[in-house]
Amino acid sequence: MRTLLRGGRLVDPATGHDGTADVLVDDGRVAAVGRGLDATGAEVVDCAGLVVCPGLVDLHVHLREPGREDAETIETGSRAAALGGYTAVCPMPNTDPVADNAGVVEMVAARGREVGLADLFPVGAITLGQKGEELAELGAMARSAARVDCFSDDGRPIRQARLLRLALEYARAFDAVVADHAEDASLTDGAQMHEGEVSAMLGLAGWPAAAEEMVVARDLLLAELTGGRLHLCHVSVGGAVELVRAAKARGVRVTAEAAPHHFSLTDEAARSYDPVFKVNPPLREKADVEAVRLGLADGTLDAIATDHAPHAREDKEVEWATAPPGMLGLETALAVTLTELVGDPTRGTPEPHPSGGGAPEREGSPALERGAPVVHSPSGYLDLATAVERLTAGPARCRRAPGHGGPVAPGAPANLAVFDPAVTWTVDRAKLASRARNTPFHGRELRGRVAHTLLRGAFTVRDGRAQR
Amino acid sequence: MNKHLLSAADLTAGDITRVLDTAAHLAKVTDRAIKKVPTLRGRTVCNLFFEDSTRTRISFELAAKRLSADVINFSAKGSSVSKGESLKDTAITLEAMGVDAIVIRHGASGAPWRLAEWVEAVVVNAGDGTHEHPTQALLDLYTMRQRFPGFDGLKVAIVGDVLHSRVARSNVLALTTMGAEVTLVAPPTLLPARVETWGAAVSYDLDAVLPKQDVVMMLRVQLERQRAGFFPSLREYARLYGLDGRRLDAMADHAIVMHPGPMNRGVEIAAEVADSLERSVIADQVANGISVRMALLYLLLGGPEVVAA
Repeated sequence: MRTLLRGGRLVDPATGHDGTADVLVDDGRVAAVGRGLDATGAEVVDCAGLVVCPGLVDLHVHLREPGREDAETIETGSRAAALGGYTAVCPMPNTDPVADNAGVVEMVAARGREVGLADLFPVGAITLGQKGEELAELGAMARSAARVDCFSDDGRPIRQARLLRLALEYARAFDAVVADHAEDASLTDGAQMHEGEVSAMLGLAGWPAAAEEMVVARDLLLAELTGGRLHLCHVSVGGAVELVRAAKARGVRVTAEAAPHHFSLTDEAARSYDPVFKVNPPLREKADVEAVRLGLADGTLDAIATDHAPHAREDKEVEWATAPPGMLGLETALAVTLTELVGDPTRGTPEPHPSGGGAPEREGSPALERGAPVVHSPSGYLDLATAVERLTAGPARCRRAPGHGGPVAPGAPANLAVFDPAVTWTVDRAKLASRARNTPFHGRELRGRVAHTLLRGAFTVRDGRAQR
Repeated sequence: MNKHLLSAADLTAGDITRVLDTAAHLAKVTDRAIKKVPTLRGRTVCNLFFEDSTRTRISFELAAKRLSADVINFSAKGSSVSKGESLKDTAITLEAMGVDAIVIRHGASGAPWRLAEWVEAVVVNAGDGTHEHPTQALLDLYTMRQRFPGFDGLKVAIVGDVLHSRVARSNVLALTTMGAEVTLVAPPTLLPARVETWGAAVSYDLDAVLPKQDVVMMLRVQLERQRAGFFPSLREYARLYGLDGRRLDAMADHAIVMHPGPMNRGVEIAAEVADSLERSVIADQVANGISVRMALLYLLLGGPEVVAA
């Protein structure tokens, strides 16, 4: 089957290409890239006005299978991923049973292949049962059919520095990455939201920024000590961004991700007491949002990762303190990124922020004001190509995701996303493909929407509709 | 006024004055031989208490009954989860039964906000977690107004566990709205983050603050706070932040002592202070609670005509 994606703006961060080009797909692979390609025998898909890029890669999702199939399944989560432009997602191990052995990670990856809507690259647990006590069999997971090269106890920090040290060292044998959820649990016991003015007024126990920063600092020092590969999950505070920036400058092997909600929402959202805004790490303050944006702009933060965390309706329709933390992300990440970080193409030329420099004077993001309509800022934090990089090649750099993240070049698997960068739409939680409904963006107008997603040349999404 | 009473922040100075004036009017009912008016006849008020609070529940119950409302008490002690039924299901059940107002006391901050989203009935916050207790603030203001001509420039110290106190939050909001000058006095561990944004002065030194105050409001300190390490011992707490006879003598002659109850005698307040006939208005607070809650129910449920007193 031949498909010609004709006339789109091909943005391929792996090669640096950004310009109009046709992409010819044949037998699941990219056959040719260039202008005016011969369409003979190919189905032509008009991509004029659309962006063609590698399929998006999400380092951080919770698909809830096995264990909480009432909240999400590999099938519904994969469909949500495909609709979001993703061709590869990395499910976290906090399932029931925990993915701390070869059996579970293989089952997850195999179920993903069976569903066929996205490739799953499971993350294995660092410790048995994610209890933080003894190492799980990282080697068995690495050598399993799932070929796990990233380990995390996500949701739970590794409390003991010695255990993290050993994990970072041991994982070197497999060139694997250890991904940590940075939270000092002794400072966050009972915490419900970011500690600050809002938590104080709301009478909700606070999660101070220092609880993240001190663990990030510890983790960076241990990465330096061991030479191991460290990845930091969902960096949410300015101080942590600064620590990563400094560590990278001195050559520490660290990568880091940021979640869309951490660069688009603040702790003000908690004033509603609606637990749809409860997440861990929590929504922070405006200055942190700004720091995360600048971290993504200058590459301190390598990847945008959703931390897609579906929860059953009855688990979120409760008192704030009773609700589990977590938000949906797969179907909105690209649009939130384009809306919040990338200048509006209809409002003049985007001016990417010069990396490393101080923040220029700019309009604050109006979307930060809760309830305010989104007004597109004419200048962005990232240009479109950089934003695409943080969603594709960036995450693919943080761990192995063979065939994903580009390059879009002859011979490469045709894992592609095609999106309209200008169209606006309103998020409706009732229309999400995810089984859960806990999106914090319900009712928000966003810019940018996926038209097509191709996994190995086959449409998983076409004209905005999932193909299975 | 808003449809519900969730936070003292929702009340304007005009709203507060209206509640206090209405309460003064309704207080006369309490002085009669037959302590009842027909204002809310046929209306149903549900006291939905997820925490034990006998005094608050009884106060609301009496207030509703004196207005001739039908009262049901729904005691659902423990969290919604441990009980098995969710707050939402309880809300739907009460709604289906045609309840007009729900008075909710809940251990989780914000629970009344959730409830108000799920029901048509009027919701009154009778204390949520470590957040607010707006009717307590209103009865406190009523009690102050009995002793002082107005709130403008009135000096009020709120002393104790501000961090976990719903009484403190609601009082700071209502008092600052009315123009009072509030000083929060507590060990730094029991003050919330960025308390300086609250529009109140902050002090760690009770002795320095006391002589300047018109009102000294002592907050209950809970034993578990000591166990959680917020202060080293109850004895040290009492020594630094307890109101005893010596400190009472340091207060201005006209100054009054308040406490939302229940008291820990010998910890935040000495028995001799609590029982001081000249200074303590603690019993007045309890009595005034009924009048103020009558006024609130009356105003929120839209009593058909002004009460004939």
